[in-house]
Amino acid sequence: MSSPAPPKSPELSDKSKKYDRQIRLWGDHGQALLEAATICVVNVTAVGCETAKGLVLPGVGGFTVVDGSTVKEEDLGNNFFLDNTFLGKSKAFACKQLLQELNPDVIGDYVDESVDYILANRPNFFDSFDLVIASNLNEQSLLQLANRLWDSNVPLVYCRSLGMLGSIRLQIKEHCIVETHPDNRQFDLRLEQPFQALRDHLESTEVTSKVPWLLVLYKYLKAWQKEHGAGRLAPGSYKEKTQLRDAIKADMQKDEENYEEAIKAVNTAFGAGMVPSNLKAIFEDDACEQLHKKNDVFWIMAKALKHFVVEENKGYLPLPGVLPDMTANTDSYIALQQIYHQQALHDADQVYHKCQEYLRQLSLPADTIDDRTVRLLCREAAGLSVLRGTRIADEYEYKNCRLLPLVEDNELQGTLTAYNFALRAYERFLSECGSIPGECSVEQDIVRLKSITSKMLNDLGLHVTISDDVLHEICRYGGAELHAVSAFIGGCAAQEVIKIITKQYKPIDNTFIYNAISTESVTLKL
Amino acid sequence: MSVASPSNPALALQNKRWNGLRNVLEREGLFCKDDFTPSSDNLEFLQTKCKVLVIGAGGLGCELLKDLALMGFGDLHVIDMDTIELSNLNRQFLFRRTDLGSSKAECAARFINNRVPTCKVTPHFAKIQDFDESFYQQFHIIVCGLDSIVARRWINGMLLSMLRYEEDNSLDVSSIIPMIDGGTEGFKGNARVILPGYTACIECTLDLFPPQVNYPLCTIANTPRLPEHCIEYVKIIQWDKENPFNAPLDGDDPQHIGWIYERAQERANQFNITGITYRLVQGVIKHIIPAVASTNAVIAAACALEVFKLATSCYDSMANYFNFNDLDGIYSYTYEAEKSDNCLACSNMPQLLNIEDPNTTTLEDVIKQLCELPRFQLKSPALTTIMADGKQRTLYMANVKSIEEATRKNLTQSLGELGLQDGQQLTITDATSPTAMTLQLKYQANEVEML
Repeated sequence: MSSPAPPKSPELSDKSKKYDRQIRLWGDHGQALLEAATICVVNVTAVGCETAKGLVLPGVGGFTVVDGSTVKEEDLGNNFFLDNTFLGKSKAFACKQLLQELNPDVIGDYVDESVDYILANRPNFFDSFDLVIASNLNEQSLLQLANRLWDSNVPLVYCRSLGMLGSIRLQIKEHCIVETHPDNRQFDLRLEQPFQALRDHLESTEVTSKVPWLLVLYKYLKAWQKEHGAGRLAPGSYKEKTQLRDAIKADMQKDEENYEEAIKAVNTAFGAGMVPSNLKAIFEDDACEQLHKKNDVFWIMAKALKHFVVEENKGYLPLPGVLPDMTANTDSYIALQQIYHQQALHDADQVYHKCQEYLRQLSLPADTIDDRTVRLLCREAAGLSVLRGTRIADEYEYKNCRLLPLVEDNELQGTLTAYNFALRAYERFLSECGSIPGECSVEQDIVRLKSITSKMLNDLGLHVTISDDVLHEICRYGGAELHAVSAFIGGCAAQEVIKIITKQYKPIDNTFIYNAISTESVTLKL
Repeated sequence: MSVASPSNPALALQNKRWNGLRNVLEREGLFCKDDFTPSSDNLEFLQTKCKVLVIGAGGLGCELLKDLALMGFGDLHVIDMDTIELSNLNRQFLFRRTDLGSSKAECAARFINNRVPTCKVTPHFAKIQDFDESFYQQFHIIVCGLDSIVARRWINGMLLSMLRYEEDNSLDVSSIIPMIDGGTEGFKGNARVILPGYTACIECTLDLFPPQVNYPLCTIANTPRLPEHCIEYVKIIQWDKENPFNAPLDGDDPQHIGWIYERAQERANQFNITGITYRLVQGVIKHIIPAVASTNAVIAAACALEVFKLATSCYDSMANYFNFNDLDGIYSYTYEAEKSDNCLACSNMPQLLNIEDPNTTTLEDVIKQLCELPRFQLKSPALTTIMADGKQRTLYMANVKSIEEATRKNLTQSLGELGLQDGQQLTITDATSPTAMTLQLKYQANEVEML
């Protein structure tokens, strides 16, 4: 998390206090993006409302609920954001009222028309939202909505909650992430080939028991490099690392902490600063090769970063400038920290100037990209990520290249992948029969669901079957939405939406499936 | 759980409300648990007989109450000793700004009772330690949404102490009260099912809790490098020395935090350390753990589903530990945590503590080990024993001032000097458990000499 500027008056604002526990995760800049976003919730279901709750509480800017139906008694059993005072009234209005009441900072709105009606009469209605959340659609409505949103470049999060099963499908064209917040970040120290200022410092500082382990390690690394000849920068194999550790150990007088820490660091201190595969893919992306005004400004920064790495920095990334804590006296640690910090600023400055050059070439205003943003991008360079999504409609094409491998060995039985197809067959049933499988009679509907399923798989060119047990379980639910399953999926979906809006952390790519019977989940790229 | 009497006609009024739930509870299913009997009795049991205790009305507790109420449960109790703060409102969705300062348990209960008329929540604005066995005995299932490890260990110990054993030393299954435990931290969380005495308990897996970050005192005092070091210095050393408000440090008092912020900033400037922010100061002083609505929703839902499975027998319970995080995509993993054969709490075995040399090991060393060893992690243990002459002797007790003063001199004495023998059993009590633990000393001096 980037550290915010010190507040003028030390105490935080009221809003800042209210959202404190989450700002610690996505920062004030993430919170600002969330507060500026407006989302649309299509269909009032428990899973839709639970997702919306997970966005209204942290303070999304605004939400609009779309639903053409009225509140019935059976809706009250699973939806916390409806109650009996709204029986017979617009469902969209009712849940908008009860959701908005959660957080006065959020603006709520509703439209009491069905998604089908809106798509038929004013399809551009959805274009103005930052993201659309939908649930409980039949196949036809889902595909119409998904196609419309794909063409308008509005991300769609589609949630399913049926009985003990749930899923989330994210449809997004392109999503560029600077702050991926990797769980185990490797510190990038450049000991193998120190930059000039660091080399000068390391060469001129005496190694005592009071200096950071980095200086200790450098001293022994240099000896190791000399011994192993030109071209060898750092130990690679376990054996070589052990040699280096033993060399440090041999010179220890007593239990000098910095020597101990240097020995421990042998494993993790080397190898950072290179271009990882995710970044290489970004550098080779067409959007990076060929800048375009209309693309995300991320690509301008990515191209500037590439130029810096390839042309100016011998293949190394800009220095992140972040040091781990190391046992040492204050002065020697701070001196080292300053050297890394200054170099990071210097590297980022180079990238920033290249960005400005590209902006001029594209006739974009200079303030499109500021130096703080570039500094952040440089610090996070190793973790940059671009997600290229797929259309939901593609999953319905004959012999889709992403579906085929999933069913290659007909190993569908007992896997969560089977449930994905079963839930889709359920939606086709809704479209084709105009009723819910198992709502009235399990025995009658299971025959129809079976034939719909096998026809669907056949149409997709997939030579697999889904077991009768799974289809029976689907029918047994009779369309039941269980609140706890919806709360689980809603919680997950809300966080995926926050990731997309704040452009931090990596979202799913692209389908999450959850089975509450076995407490298992899986993510598939469909 | 037994399901007996016939349908209550008064419940028929609610029929439509529960249409969805009834499909799941009244129809045959091929994935259902072997002993599941589809019947309207299942919903009736949830609505009228099943009694569930929710411990904690915070981030997880609010979600749990809502989830259970809408999964058909009709009789819930909730315990929480806390009152509502502004920083709760980003996730504890049963509370509003006008509720600040009120009891979480009472406020949450009122909200659920108003919104879901089929559920009655009984609040307890109290500590879990305020209740004894007779209170906990009344519940079919206990579900915890706690942020405190000590409280988890305490309720775990309570449920273990309530187990009854048959004459052949086998467990009386009817004395088991299942405990479902949820925990979250930022984007990570876990949910687990504990059948006390039967599956892994909290103490069996104590090493799963992350150790608390502690900075060495000499770093804080002499060689600070991080902003955290400067904040800790002000908190640990400067506050006591200057006593600025003639009061103990209160992390919720903005004046106190403001004072620490300014002093820490001064100290940081003095050492050229950057990065002191008000938020960081607050985080370090109050040990704040980041929290979001979404993770709490997910973990509470996973817990509520397990309560539902246990109460209705509709599906097998999860075995038994569910891990979740959504930092990078969404990841979950369920595995079976194993019961530890020499668990402090549920193994029924005396705990052995190896002592290398009773003539150099002091009582203070023993206490230190009890606090620091991963398998114990006690907070402030009190130690008593029966001496060779049959008399009970208190070796040390920190919590009662007069006894502390009388026993303090024992701390620096060696076990030999105290007259404690190899194999001597000590009785240990601590805030982490409602019951005492037996610790057996095992001297190794002889073996060492033989080498």
